[in-house]
Amino acid sequence: MTDSRPVLTMTGISKSFPGVRALHDVDFRLFPGEVHALMGENGAGKSTLIKVLTGVYGIDEGTIALGDERVAFSGPMQAAAAGVSTVYQEVNLCPNLSVAENIFIGREPRRFGAVRWGEIRRRARQLLARLDLDIDVTAPVASFSLAVQQMVAIARAIDVRARVLILDEPTSSLDAGEVAQLFRIMRQLRDDGIAILFVTHFLDQVYGIADRITVLRNGTLVGEYPTAELPQLALVEKMIGKELDVLERLDEHPRRELAALEGGTPFVEVSELSRKGAVAPFSLTIHAGEVVGLAGLLGSGRTEVARLLFGADRADRGQVAVGGRPTGLRTPVQAIDHGIGFCSENRRAEGIIADLSVRENMILAMQAARGWLRPIPRRRQDELVDKYIKALSIRPPNPDVPVRNLSGGNQQKVLLARWLITEPRLLILDEPTRGIDVGAKAEIQRLVVQLSDGGMAVLFISAELEEVLRLSHKIAVMRDRELVAHLTNDDTVDADRVMQTIASGSQREEANQ
Amino acid sequence: MNRIKPLLGHRLFWPVAVLAVMLVANTIYRPGFLSIEVNNGHLYGTPIDILRLSAPLILVALGMTLVISTGGIDLSVGSICAISGAVACLYISKAPDQNSFGMVLTALAMALGVALVLGAWNGVLVSVIGIQPIIATLILMVAGRGLAQLITEGQIITINSGPYRAIGLGHFLTLPLAIFIALGAALLVAAFTRRTALGMIIESVGGNREASRLAGIRSGRVVFLVYVVSAACAAIAGFMMTANVSSADGNAAGLWVELDAILAVVIGGTSLAGGRFYLSGTILGALIIQTLTTTVYAMNISPQTALLFKAVVVIAVCLVQAPAFRARFSRRRRGTPPPPAPSPQRQKEEVPA
Repeated sequence: MTDSRPVLTMTGISKSFPGVRALHDVDFRLFPGEVHALMGENGAGKSTLIKVLTGVYGIDEGTIALGDERVAFSGPMQAAAAGVSTVYQEVNLCPNLSVAENIFIGREPRRFGAVRWGEIRRRARQLLARLDLDIDVTAPVASFSLAVQQMVAIARAIDVRARVLILDEPTSSLDAGEVAQLFRIMRQLRDDGIAILFVTHFLDQVYGIADRITVLRNGTLVGEYPTAELPQLALVEKMIGKELDVLERLDEHPRRELAALEGGTPFVEVSELSRKGAVAPFSLTIHAGEVVGLAGLLGSGRTEVARLLFGADRADRGQVAVGGRPTGLRTPVQAIDHGIGFCSENRRAEGIIADLSVRENMILAMQAARGWLRPIPRRRQDELVDKYIKALSIRPPNPDVPVRNLSGGNQQKVLLARWLITEPRLLILDEPTRGIDVGAKAEIQRLVVQLSDGGMAVLFISAELEEVLRLSHKIAVMRDRELVAHLTNDDTVDADRVMQTIASGSQREEANQ
Repeated sequence: MNRIKPLLGHRLFWPVAVLAVMLVANTIYRPGFLSIEVNNGHLYGTPIDILRLSAPLILVALGMTLVISTGGIDLSVGSICAISGAVACLYISKAPDQNSFGMVLTALAMALGVALVLGAWNGVLVSVIGIQPIIATLILMVAGRGLAQLITEGQIITINSGPYRAIGLGHFLTLPLAIFIALGAALLVAAFTRRTALGMIIESVGGNREASRLAGIRSGRVVFLVYVVSAACAAIAGFMMTANVSSADGNAAGLWVELDAILAVVIGGTSLAGGRFYLSGTILGALIIQTLTTTVYAMNISPQTALLFKAVVVIAVCLVQAPAFRARFSRRRRGTPPPPAPSPQRQKEEVPA
């Protein structure tokens, strides 16, 4: 790291979208020759900050300066021309074009209007050599691994005399070896004096490469720290925050007699289930009437665990036993047959059918299980739908409006109702309280308690530790796509301990005693 | 105003209005347009002709509605019409007694069987192999014409079969039989989708395939099924088309009917993106298209400008139905813009993590 003046200064940046304040008075600096990690949970404002910087969005307040010059880019193309290049998480290359074509697309060297193909190939080879990459530049990009594609994207980015290189989660689909290769290149570019803004969800990677860390939370700046002075635990605390408990306290539910629950055969017993690139082998048991919390940062593999359990993704290896009998949960249909329900965290893409009415959305899973030849009689539909509209106080209480017209919290309740109607024995809830208002949140939490009292097993996934601690009997902690600890939620467990586990990941033995 | 508003908002209002306007315009141009006379115990007249001639299109469009509802499209229906017509006519032409009722039934069953196989082929390409519907069905659209030619050996097969002819030109209760066949098919498809849960499941798959999968719907089977239903509908339409002329022409039968069918579905209010489907809208759409064709002939519009005329009307219908266009139109008329419905979903979309 050099001590020169910053190459990029963002001061007092604010940005609002209708109804949401995405960024509020955020400062951000980037020095030449450093790798600077931008950290924060989902919704913290990382992507918005990057998009504001590259001109995808305009800003409401604040200034951006590149060197000494104030700038306001009209879009990524202009930003790139000024030396601010971005490589996105999803590699956005044209897979059917050659490596060389991809690097020079849109700015091919020409002579008399004709593209100079020889020149393109020569310069592409030169650029890649700088990244220590010796590949055939005439081969289509699709014929290379994701890591190589990512580097081609970087090569394209740095060719435009980049001073600032933004890498938005470049490692999320890479394996360990590929990450190492990427890091070598990042260090090399850093030593060349390029300022690198690095966004990732992997803590180890931050501590492996970043010189400094800026933390955002809920659209505000938490602080800027040299990596060496910010222990992992402190970073996790700053990212998650310790919100004041605005929700009413639920009774001492989790501290109930666990012994009684542990007695019988577990409802679900997972051993060494895994899927390459998604989650490392993990084991998990869930008893009837038990709430198992799944804690961990965004991208730590929480959702992947849920999807494997539900058969939404297929596991590479490992076994699942339901009710003591080994079963293959390879499709959602199979999981539903075994009495498992799954509320996805991605309500819009994987949950509601926006076109259909509240009624239809609610009965969908039950109807699917019965098959289309046996429609649920209208009277039965009305009974079920009315019951859950009342029980979950869904607003408006009209079963025939399209579900798209409901607020996020009410859509979430419709999804919950969809699964409750199927009377599952295990309900997987992935972030059921995210993005909904406090009232609806408390209602959903109370419902989880009621359900488990009634004998339903619940796998409860949430980024909010308080919530997980309040509801769960047992807590499984995820870190970097690995289940690192099983904690019994007794008096010795509190937010600090879980955070420590997330930060260090070294409590496996202790937890198992 | 309060009573008119829900009427204006009804999804079938504009198709019905367009149809009414066309009928009125025709009547003004040619006062005898709507008159119906009884002859030989049968009803005759332009409105009856429109109903009879639109029967094949209604059939094809019914199947197309279901396919489009799943987010797909079926370009091969025209070829399937030709193939089924050719198979039926070939079998009848080889029969010793072309007027045998049982023999005609066998011919129909055989041709329908062939169509179901073709529908299953489309279904497998789309749902199992995962080819884009437009490409998957384009294969059969092109190859099917060749297949129909092969069956007829490049000739036009002419038949002289009373029972078969009746499918297109026969009468029942004073009305053309074709009308009853189309109506029966419509009722059958409606019962098939709305009396069971199939309709909702089709709409669910078309609305959000991944969410449907996670709700336990075997979407592959549903998609497969709609292509088979579409082929069956096309086959019956093919019988009508060939029965009308008592001959099978592998080249001409059902030519471009897929485009009219898609148009009918869209006019009826079903979105090409999939999701909600409206069978009644589709039938109206088919009637609009046939009325338009009849109008073009009745008004003696020269063949050179006939297609242009048709295009202008279709553009008008589509515009009048487009929510964006209507919103702009009604805002100007009322003077005060209606507040855009605040959709929390939308707003959230714009806020990235």
